[in-house]
Amino acid sequence: MLKTFLWIGAAASLTISGAALSHDAAKPSDAQIAHIAYTAGQIDIDAGKQALAKSKNPAVRAFAEEMVRDHGAVNEKALALVGRLDVTPEANATSAALTAQATQKHDELAKLDGAAFDRAYVANEVAYHATVNGALRDVLIPSATNGELKSLLETGLTLFGEHQMHAEHLAASLR
Amino acid sequence: MRRAIVCAIAMSAAPLLSGAAPAPKVHSIVIDKMRFGAVPPGVRVGDTILWINKDLFRHSATARNGSFNVDLPAGKSGRTVLRRAGNIAFYCIYHPGMTGTLTVGR
Repeated sequence: MLKTFLWIGAAASLTISGAALSHDAAKPSDAQIAHIAYTAGQIDIDAGKQALAKSKNPAVRAFAEEMVRDHGAVNEKALALVGRLDVTPEANATSAALTAQATQKHDELAKLDGAAFDRAYVANEVAYHATVNGALRDVLIPSATNGELKSLLETGLTLFGEHQMHAEHLAASLR
Repeated sequence: MRRAIVCAIAMSAAPLLSGAAPAPKVHSIVIDKMRFGAVPPGVRVGDTILWINKDLFRHSATARNGSFNVDLPAGKSGRTVLRRAGNIAFYCIYHPGMTGTLTVGR
């Protein structure tokens, strides 16, 4: 997952370095940002559902339920927002890369059970939230032009920061 | 005659009223965008805190001393009646970075 967002940064840097392109051209559009943010949320919802199907650990299940609930709420709000703004989320290479990596991780986790699954799921949640939060902070929020979208992303960043902390505490308790 | 009676009642009740504790109040704390809003001043024992969750997310208002734990689904409200004086630190069990402190006077 980290690679994906490094890719975003790299792509942005490459574009910015092109003399013919303006700085703005390097930024993802609001339609692309909406698609990336929604995709990132959906990936964590799916991971949470996988955990709820596999884990018997009450703390892990409570965390997974929280992920499904919180990311679902953000995505519902995001869909309502893009509908109201008449913006169609635009598929892009970053969203595609996120989805491909998530599929790979899902398949890896599917082979694990019990405590091994719990540890791997939570470790991935720590890494995933750290990466998404970095992308929100450094790329998506600064690039968003619509005020409401920016505000939703900022709330998302605060929320996902909490998730990251929760995941870190949970990971420590599973060691 | 009626006026005299009303006057007598008013006069006899007045000392009682002036000596009584103030009526309990309801104070609101609004939760939005992953934050507890301002904690109202002048909260006293017997008052009620009305927790109003305007956020997209389920939260809780949970006292660190265990004196209350209010579950607050998105868009819902809940109440806490304060029974003891003192400072009560509270947080959200789902998002522990969300915190606040109530100061409850006698």
